[in-house]
Amino acid sequence: MTDSVPLDDLYQEIILDHFKNPRNVQKLSDEEVLIEEENPTCGDQIRVTAKVEEGCIVGIKYEAKGCAISTASASMMSEALMNKPVEDARVAIQNFTRTMKGEQEMSEDESGDLIALQGVKRYPLRIKCATMSWHALDHVLDKMSVEK
Amino acid sequence: MSCFNANTIRSDFPVLDQILYDGKPLAYLDNAATTQKPHHVIHAVQEYYEAYNSNVHRALHFLAERATVAYEETRKKVVSFIHANTERSIIYTRGTTESINLVAYSWGRKNIDEGDEIILSEMEHHSNLVPWQILAQEKKAKLCFIPVLEDGTLDLNAYTHLLSSKTKLVAITHMSNVLGTINPVQKMIDQAHQAGALVLLDGAQSVPHVSIDVSQLDVDFLAFSGHKMLGPTGIGILYGKEAILESMPPFHGGGEMIHKVELEQSTYTELPHKFEAGTPNIAGVIGFGEAIDYLEGVGMGAVQSYEQLLTQYALSKLEKISGLTIIGKALERGGAISFTCEGIHPHDLSQYLDREGVAIRGGHMCCQPLVRKFDSTALNRLSLYLYNMEQDIDQLIEALLKAKEFFKT
Repeated sequence: MTDSVPLDDLYQEIILDHFKNPRNVQKLSDEEVLIEEENPTCGDQIRVTAKVEEGCIVGIKYEAKGCAISTASASMMSEALMNKPVEDARVAIQNFTRTMKGEQEMSEDESGDLIALQGVKRYPLRIKCATMSWHALDHVLDKMSVEK
Repeated sequence: MSCFNANTIRSDFPVLDQILYDGKPLAYLDNAATTQKPHHVIHAVQEYYEAYNSNVHRALHFLAERATVAYEETRKKVVSFIHANTERSIIYTRGTTESINLVAYSWGRKNIDEGDEIILSEMEHHSNLVPWQILAQEKKAKLCFIPVLEDGTLDLNAYTHLLSSKTKLVAITHMSNVLGTINPVQKMIDQAHQAGALVLLDGAQSVPHVSIDVSQLDVDFLAFSGHKMLGPTGIGILYGKEAILESMPPFHGGGEMIHKVELEQSTYTELPHKFEAGTPNIAGVIGFGEAIDYLEGVGMGAVQSYEQLLTQYALSKLEKISGLTIIGKALERGGAISFTCEGIHPHDLSQYLDREGVAIRGGHMCCQPLVRKFDSTALNRLSLYLYNMEQDIDQLIEALLKAKEFFKT
């Protein structure tokens, strides 16, 4: 990356790192997939599964096909919500969504890598890219709580 | 080509003369989505509002008289531009989409019955697909699709086999907004007529770029939009053969389209007003007339040959970029060029190019089935028009190379 490259508010280095080396990605069989989400306007897709033990998320795996923002966001989510109690994860999902909509600010010390995604909210057409995986996980948790 | 001066033409378009972001000039390459407007068009719209804003075909005062004349003048220009025979064949609509919906609702509901077949192609824009899906579902009719071949042309052999006595309509695009392919419509229309079917041409991408002769084509309907040919948004045309339009029931009911109205029933006025209910987009129509004058002034032949040169220049430059795949390799083609760039999502690429001053499209281009056919969900597309120059393409290529470096994994 050279200094002359613009767009660094959107494509921060940490985002490009998660895009190029997404964490917790795994090819999933159809039986494993709990939720599949698609954004028909850009064709981005995500397939997610999660493992919950004693009310705590002990595993998040996903397969994503999409842009740098959606891929990086899914990767960051899989790290941020790992080992969190389901209730806390729910709150985190809600907070993240609200931040993307510009309804609240992210707190720098709590959010880790996620802070890099703050820039996305200035690009209204890209907000869905960032929130898709979070919605998908939310639906996964819905599904698991019903099945329980 | 001798009279064609791209520099002079470009200076007629105020919006193109601007610097974006860090001193990057604007390279507008999204003309298949909408085109920019020359100051002639902008002034005509402004003049209407400043000097003679009034409703048309109603009042008898000075302003109304002038507005009505200007409004109808555009219709005459359209007749001559597409080589129609009569103003009765020219219906003002909001755009190509409304033109096609008009045919689907009015002609379609009257003439399509259970078991009838409508032939479309796999390269149709959603606007020439969804109206027919709605009609076919309502009437239990069947939609048949001409396949798109690997090179981006239509499988004409398959088309010949799809045509039968069940075929009531063939609705196809003249030029693909994704692949750039110009379809051999003269032959396809002749074949359809031999089978007893009518033909609707989606001319949204072709009418702005190539010379059209509806009389020679013998096409039954032609739909196109003003905003893709230097005119304002919200104004389009449905051309229809007079006798067919005459036989069709109205589309929208309301003012302007009536002859005599009673509480229980009404009679309708004559063509073309029968299909123009309500106060129309008067400023849009007047601006569109100015756009046609502008294109006629340059000459559609000159527009076409200049764009051919520019298209070949763009293709030759794009082909040299490694990892870049051009989607659609038809020999007969226009200046809409779609591609994918290995490892870069189309939205990331168009976002990056934007910051380099380059406006191109990323997405499914309102052709989800077609894009899926080419194993993709989204593509990038550049699309040219008469005011583009080699410098725009050079700016795109340079930005593309930088983007590849930026997103390199």
